[in-house]
Amino acid sequence: MKLTLRVWRQSGPADKGRMVEYKLDDVSPDASFLEMLDVLNEKLIASGEEPVAFDHDCREGICGMCSLVINGTPHGPERNTTTCQLHMRKFEDGEVIDVEPWRAAAFPVVKDLVVDRSAFDRIIGSGGFITAPTGTAPEAHATPVPKPDADRAFEAAECIGCGACVAACPNGSAALFLGAKVTHLGLMPQGQPERWDRVVSMLDTHDEEGFGGCTNTGECTAACPKGIPLDVIGRLNHDYLKATAGGKKR
Amino acid sequence: MAVTGGILVLYLIAHMVGNLKIFFGAEDFNHYAHWLRTIGEPAVPRRTVLTLIEVVLGVSVVLHMWSAVSLGKRAAHARPVKYRSKKKSHAQGYAVHTMRYGGVIIAVYVVWHLLDLTFFVVNPKGSDATPYERMVADFDPSRWYITVWYVLAIVLVGLHLHHGIWSAFQTLGLRTPRRERGLRGLAATVAGLVTLGFAAVPLSITFGWVS
Amino acid sequence: MIDAFYQSGEPIADAKAPAGPIEDRWTTRKFEAKQVNPANKRKKKIIIIGTGLAGGSAGATLGEAGYHVVQFCFQDSPRRAHSIAAQGGINAAKNYRNDGDSVYRLFYETVKGGDFRSRESNVHRLADISRNIIDQCVAQGVPFAREYGGLLDNRSFGGTQVSRTFYARGQTGQQLLLGAYQALMRQVEAGNVELYPRHEMLDLIMEDGRARGVVVRNLINGEIKHYTADAVVLASGGYGNVYFLSTNAMGSNVTASWRAHRHGAHFANPCYTQIHPTCIPVSGDHQSKLTLMSESLRNDGRVWVPKKHGDTRKPYDIPEDERDYYLERIYPSFGNLVPRDIASRAAKNVCDEGRGVGPGGLGVYLDFADAIGRLGRDKVEAKYGNLFQMYERITGENPYDTPMRIYPAVHYTMGGLWVDYDLESTIPGLFVIGEANFSDHGANRLGASALMQGLADGYFVLPNTIGDYIARNPLPPVADTAVTEVEDRVKARIDKLLSVDGDRSVDSFHRELGHIMWEYCGMERTEEGLRKALDLIPALRAEFWERVKVTGTGEELNQQLEKAGRVADFFELAELMVVDALHRTESCGGHFRAESQDEDGEAKRDDANFGYVAAWEWAGEGELPVLHKEALDFEYVKPSQRSYK
Repeated sequence: MKLTLRVWRQSGPADKGRMVEYKLDDVSPDASFLEMLDVLNEKLIASGEEPVAFDHDCREGICGMCSLVINGTPHGPERNTTTCQLHMRKFEDGEVIDVEPWRAAAFPVVKDLVVDRSAFDRIIGSGGFITAPTGTAPEAHATPVPKPDADRAFEAAECIGCGACVAACPNGSAALFLGAKVTHLGLMPQGQPERWDRVVSMLDTHDEEGFGGCTNTGECTAACPKGIPLDVIGRLNHDYLKATAGGKKR
Repeated sequence: MAVTGGILVLYLIAHMVGNLKIFFGAEDFNHYAHWLRTIGEPAVPRRTVLTLIEVVLGVSVVLHMWSAVSLGKRAAHARPVKYRSKKKSHAQGYAVHTMRYGGVIIAVYVVWHLLDLTFFVVNPKGSDATPYERMVADFDPSRWYITVWYVLAIVLVGLHLHHGIWSAFQTLGLRTPRRERGLRGLAATVAGLVTLGFAAVPLSITFGWVS
Repeated sequence: MIDAFYQSGEPIADAKAPAGPIEDRWTTRKFEAKQVNPANKRKKKIIIIGTGLAGGSAGATLGEAGYHVVQFCFQDSPRRAHSIAAQGGINAAKNYRNDGDSVYRLFYETVKGGDFRSRESNVHRLADISRNIIDQCVAQGVPFAREYGGLLDNRSFGGTQVSRTFYARGQTGQQLLLGAYQALMRQVEAGNVELYPRHEMLDLIMEDGRARGVVVRNLINGEIKHYTADAVVLASGGYGNVYFLSTNAMGSNVTASWRAHRHGAHFANPCYTQIHPTCIPVSGDHQSKLTLMSESLRNDGRVWVPKKHGDTRKPYDIPEDERDYYLERIYPSFGNLVPRDIASRAAKNVCDEGRGVGPGGLGVYLDFADAIGRLGRDKVEAKYGNLFQMYERITGENPYDTPMRIYPAVHYTMGGLWVDYDLESTIPGLFVIGEANFSDHGANRLGASALMQGLADGYFVLPNTIGDYIARNPLPPVADTAVTEVEDRVKARIDKLLSVDGDRSVDSFHRELGHIMWEYCGMERTEEGLRKALDLIPALRAEFWERVKVTGTGEELNQQLEKAGRVADFFELAELMVVDALHRTESCGGHFRAESQDEDGEAKRDDANFGYVAAWEWAGEGELPVLHKEALDFEYVKPSQRSYK
């Protein structure tokens, strides 16, 4: 395959950045998108240019590290697929492909296509957990969990924390990420004692980090490589209102 | 946003039902317009209830717009550098992306609409005529462009509601997977009825079915 | 010996495991361990490298216990550690199925599965603790699969006769890691853990023979900084990426372990490599990693290759009598369900004969036509739908219409830094946990045991044993000279990598090294091949230092520089792996020597001569490594030969 790539190059946080065009002549349709970028980088190194920096690690769709906006869509054209699992056969021969980083104030660009997503870690740290000091746990079968709840909690817990929801959201909101964690922990009986404090402090941190407000556009769930459903945001709102207006928060 | 939007939706429904009175003839319509000003009499002075409604509406509109503006500002802050390639939408369809600019157009329309049929400034008949006469004159076939303007605005209102009603339930945490189909249906139905109901009056006048 | 490739050293022994009945040893050890005064814990610093299941759980637990933890990972978030990719499940001897499981049975099967090359005391402790892990994870809200009654579901896994594997669909590793990560982030927010993501450990700081700190590079701006502490914990994972193509994450590396090895931490059993039979085959030169497909596929899929050499017909154009269902033919009683190492080796053998399928002839068919015919497409889809989808996404082929192609790939490394019962390496104050150590799996790891070991080490073992070290060894602050020397060395190495300015990319070297390792130190090893590798690797390493091209500078995010440092360490490790494989002339578990097989081609152990752990000491640049043997005693599980016929 022949391809024309327009890749965002930005040497560091202070640089303004620009799109730079590269041409590749011999890309295998069986290569993954990131392997195609590997090929580009080998070519750049051979000609003494600096290769394109991009985040990636497991390359099997679970670590959540890869984070490219491809032709205006986070993780590219294939639904429910991370960038690393996207293969070049999904593109046309001769296609022009734009590659950009996640764009959000809360995810500042580090270099080229690499962004800093530590805001997500701080959101989790502010409440996205169940307090269970090691060694204090009761016998696992002490608390049965109804299967439908466990299954729904699992679906929400599948979130890989990649940030595609933020990248896709016209408002730059991380409501889907928040909602996924609030739903996962809020559905488990173990998560009940901290349920109301959790949602308030996670949402507060979310706002402090500079994410935008949710207007229910649904772009997040369409971009989510794990297909986290939009109802987790409904649950987030429900719990938040109950905690604040409903006076459940301590 | 959801609460004020909800108030406005309820108002729109009532307003639409009132408008449809025009199909019962001039007398019915004028009587209805008169009644609006006399609700609650003699317990409360003339126009009390109507003024109350107007105040609630005014406050709702202002808060609704304020929420929209602050969300818009937050969005701008949350993404200071825009995407270079055109961002594609993959979600729920066209209506979602009309909310902001559609809202602005609707706001402009509401101003026109108030100048037209509340303050009579831009109405061909002015304050001396009956409400019925003003309506009929407004959408006279010769003023087809006014009709077009009204209908376009109403279609935008419809789109606004189509997403807005569903979105309000989501924001208030009342949307669950089980209610999803029902809520989508409700939003589509209300949006459709409101659009048809409002559009029926100017179109009927312009096409001469009501005169 | 004529052609010496190693030196012999003194035997080594684990001095920490108490004597007495095996089931009491851990309790005894915990009781004998000296305690740190709770008020003093805040003043005691512990450095942890890595945030996977072992590191994450250790950081959360030690932070909660009151220590001042300083933790690093090279990824952008602790949640990205490669534990996240584990699919299958986690074993625990809960006996919820009332099918005769017990701590003793799990212990017994793990020792046996490890082909009698692990330590009984450690394995028994692991089996014992396995039960606490499930309790702990459930309390954290890990959404394990449940039955309709609301209780935890189990499945059987990896050829065991009992159902003891707990799972969360095909994402058990992810859910367990997120549990540990959330607990860790809680400690970070509480101020008990200082967390530094995008930081890579590049060297160990030693003082008076003890591990006292690390030098790290901030991967964002290239800053070289040191951190000192009372003890250092490595939880930096396995080294499968020495093969270039493996199921490991792209960033997985041996650098932290290798730097420690160069300071005196012995490296144990480096040649034990687990090769997983059901991976998606290589599709071309662009291939950067391999993807594992759950082993459960072998429950219903039939493995075959054409009987004819170089048969290029489409699979379904090949008539039934021209197909060789070789696993069913060679192993009639276990058929397609033979253990991982046997299935892998059989696949390699048929491909070596020239009967492999797909690009490059490196693949065998895994065929579901029978299962679809027998069960119907719907049933097959319900069972394997997501795996079929994943396969189609990667290969573009639909497994309902054409058989899957699979090939073995490097998956897990049983070897690692040598540790005693306390998980302390041969460097005092340096603890090693999770896949980075060697301790529990012997020569072969059973399915669903990696997650168990990582969490056992991090949640329950290390927090008990590290306190003993800290309580017994009050240490003065580290002298500046010890620190600057190491920092200078790290900077000099970076400068050296950048200054070569040659004409070959880092990846091209890594790929070539991986090829050598796969060819000569992969599924089947021979004296001749290993000798050849022992020539090839140093030559390639020398070329690396003359011709490698590292673009950019050291003062910025430079992914080429990161890779170059890791590959440079892989070169040295590769050589040691080959030495280990060459010296161990028996076959056992993940190490198959062609010279040591029975008449049926099965692995033949040599317990009399090799019933030991090979702990290798770094003797210096250009020196032959020194072998220290730790003899293995089997008081409870008597060694026997495996047979799957």
